[in-house]
Amino acid sequence: MSTIEKPAYKVIGTRPVRHDGADKVTGVAKYGADVSLTGLIQAAMLRSPHAHALIKSIDTSAAETLPGVRAVVTSADMPEQGDRFVDLGEGGTIMSHLSSNVLAREKVLYKGHAVAAVAADSIHIAREAVQLIKVQYEPLPPVLDVREAMRDEAPVLNDDVRTQMLGAADPDEAEDQPTNVAKKFLFEKGDVEQGFAEAHVVVEREFTTATVHQGYIEPHNATAQWHADGKVTIWTSTQGAFTVRQQTAELLMIPASDVKVIPMEIGGGFGGKIAVYLQPVATLLSRKSGRPVKLIMDRAAVFEATGPTPGTYIRAKIGVTKDGKITAGEAYLAYEAGAYPGSPVSCGCMCIFGCYDIPHARVEGYDVCVNKPRTSAYRAPGSTNAAFAAETIVDEICCQLNIDAAEFRLKNAAQEGTRRVDGPVYSRIGMVETVAAIQASDHYQSPLEGSHRGRGIASGFWFNVGLKSAVTAMVNADGTVSLVEGSTDIGGTRTSLAMQLAETLGINAEQVKPTVADTDGIGWNDVTGGSRVTFATGIAVVEAAKDIQRQLLQRAATLWNCDRESVRYEDGKIAGPDQNVITFAEMAGKMLQTGGAIVGQGVCSDVAQSGAFGTHCVDVEVDPETGKVQILRYTIAQDAGTAIHPSYVEGQMQGGVVQGIGWALNEEYWYDDQGEMRNSTFLDYRIPTCYDVPMIETIIVEVPDPNHPYGVRGVGEVPICPPPAAIANAIYQAIGVRMQHLPMSPPHVMAEILRLSSAGNGRA
Amino acid sequence: MARVFIPPALRSLTAGLHEVDADGDTVGEIVDQLDELFPGARSRLCDADGLKPGLIVMVGNSASSLGLLQRVTDDEEVHFLPSIGGGA
Repeated sequence: MSTIEKPAYKVIGTRPVRHDGADKVTGVAKYGADVSLTGLIQAAMLRSPHAHALIKSIDTSAAETLPGVRAVVTSADMPEQGDRFVDLGEGGTIMSHLSSNVLAREKVLYKGHAVAAVAADSIHIAREAVQLIKVQYEPLPPVLDVREAMRDEAPVLNDDVRTQMLGAADPDEAEDQPTNVAKKFLFEKGDVEQGFAEAHVVVEREFTTATVHQGYIEPHNATAQWHADGKVTIWTSTQGAFTVRQQTAELLMIPASDVKVIPMEIGGGFGGKIAVYLQPVATLLSRKSGRPVKLIMDRAAVFEATGPTPGTYIRAKIGVTKDGKITAGEAYLAYEAGAYPGSPVSCGCMCIFGCYDIPHARVEGYDVCVNKPRTSAYRAPGSTNAAFAAETIVDEICCQLNIDAAEFRLKNAAQEGTRRVDGPVYSRIGMVETVAAIQASDHYQSPLEGSHRGRGIASGFWFNVGLKSAVTAMVNADGTVSLVEGSTDIGGTRTSLAMQLAETLGINAEQVKPTVADTDGIGWNDVTGGSRVTFATGIAVVEAAKDIQRQLLQRAATLWNCDRESVRYEDGKIAGPDQNVITFAEMAGKMLQTGGAIVGQGVCSDVAQSGAFGTHCVDVEVDPETGKVQILRYTIAQDAGTAIHPSYVEGQMQGGVVQGIGWALNEEYWYDDQGEMRNSTFLDYRIPTCYDVPMIETIIVEVPDPNHPYGVRGVGEVPICPPPAAIANAIYQAIGVRMQHLPMSPPHVMAEILRLSSAGNGRA
Repeated sequence: MARVFIPPALRSLTAGLHEVDADGDTVGEIVDQLDELFPGARSRLCDADGLKPGLIVMVGNSASSLGLLQRVTDDEEVHFLPSIGGGA
């Protein structure tokens, strides 16, 4: 559904075959593990068996003398970083922490922490050599829970961490005292005490969520070749070739221009393939061995040593008048950062009340180190956990006041002009429209019958970001255009970008040939993240197309011997005086006779997105004997701004929902009390399969973003935000149990059923 | 005059003021004026290279990578916020 009458696009809104489709379905596309080079050798990592320990010594001598071993590296081979603090594109990074995460120095901070690596003639020799490395550890007690880690008596992970609050020591904390609480955030709007005083109903609840993983199918990988002239080439699966180049260069203290990163096809990332893990290690091994080196994680290493999203503790409170108008909100969020600071708690703070127009609010957040892998981004990082808390409370308020959940949201929805709790004011957004779309949907309008069945709805918000992109578009004499971009294609962006180029030039999508280039082949591009590529790289593409138009007009003027001002570009044709008309393809054919190559360039820098919203509706059935929750029907309404390729928008919506269902119902890291993950396989870490979910019904809402020439909004992240809350609200309707912990797996649901039954309150 | 929103963590410097009007053609000039009005503000927001890592400035609705160089027009809002990301 569109909220305004759209221009009559010819390409936008159609569903052409994706440009990279044939290679992917026929197995021709090359992923990181497919890299093959002359002289390639294989590498393996030694990882910590302890969740928290001092490294007393590392003896690599036996490994180095094993026949077939070419190189062994430890943190001693990594430059000391001192107190350098570098902005690597997603906020500042303490380089010593990034370096120690790649190869541990004085301490290991989680089970699976990389300690050493071996490159050898075969992977079998490398693995055997790893077992010959002798590491003397002094085990320390681990801390695995965010609230435990915040206690004064908790084991401290990093001696250099002090609580920071906007660039200074937190005045509430003891001076110069090492702590696990790395950062404190505070946001305020209005007078929260006054807001709660005006409320007739106040609901306050506590929520906890387990650590979960992004669950990409393709493991991390890197192949590096150190050249004789001191330059290095890295082949890797990543969400951002340029940030891999920058991180590797900063970690190894070599010039970034000496590092060429070739991005391979990516088998999923979801935020987890931005930080480097293997690339610097493969580079060091190649430098030491003089051979190209390939390093690939196994699944256990992916779970145990790469960025999950944090476990969290959230306490939230919302006050409303008796007629259902929100007067105040308050929240306390504590997020596990993992081994080093950097959880997305600040985003959680800024999102938790993002769907609503709340006059008075206060939100505080804490970034807390625990003995788990260093967290990394995961689809709308921090927002899903926060939405679980806020949207569950909203539902409870609706039940208390007997107000329809959609009507309540419409009454309180954020809209253009609403000031967020963190300060900025929304421009044109589509929260209201997504609620209205759900309210009008066949799903919401259809009765749900049967015992132990319930329906829930929930909304979600994510900022979306712009950041920086650059593209080059080269006209070919056969009437096509080669589009060179630097944004990793995760969700079909080759095609969504090609379509914007085609629309602007008035040609077909199939006439555009998109390619993702390496770091020497295109200007700087930020990561594929923040739902930014179709938006921001799209803006760069439109600029490149306009650049081509300008050059074509000049060529036509030359051809017709007329003034440049007397020719115009319209619908894929150039028209001039004396009824001269020439098509794009014809003009391209004359390119070499009218001045040579035509190359368009486009750059986008920090154009803001207006924010993404979605509202979801789900029906569930709960088995009261086992606590198992079955998803019966699921509908998502999401504001896509303008859907460039509706199939890919629907795919993002469906994929986000399915990941959200997994987070809601099953996924969690199981740690024993020594900090060992006990379910580090896909057999035991249960992501949803096609047997677990029905077809996800999609409603694309189109409220064009005024900041994009075609009104695009990013669509990749916000669909993961509402599912846990929507499902929790449906469970309540089904069996009268309010779930306040994720995952809502059978044991947890059953425990709540039994708890309520024993208290005499159950109705299951 | 730009309308500068003071983050709660800096309000100890501004005697609790949530917003102040500040003159300046750029974010840098506005920070200079904030520091004159409320000594210590600059050191909380900036280091030698500009805005502190992990901090962004929003002018109006737009986050700017220009940091202190970002131009500001009269009546625009200026917000200092954590950068959006996670796992940095």
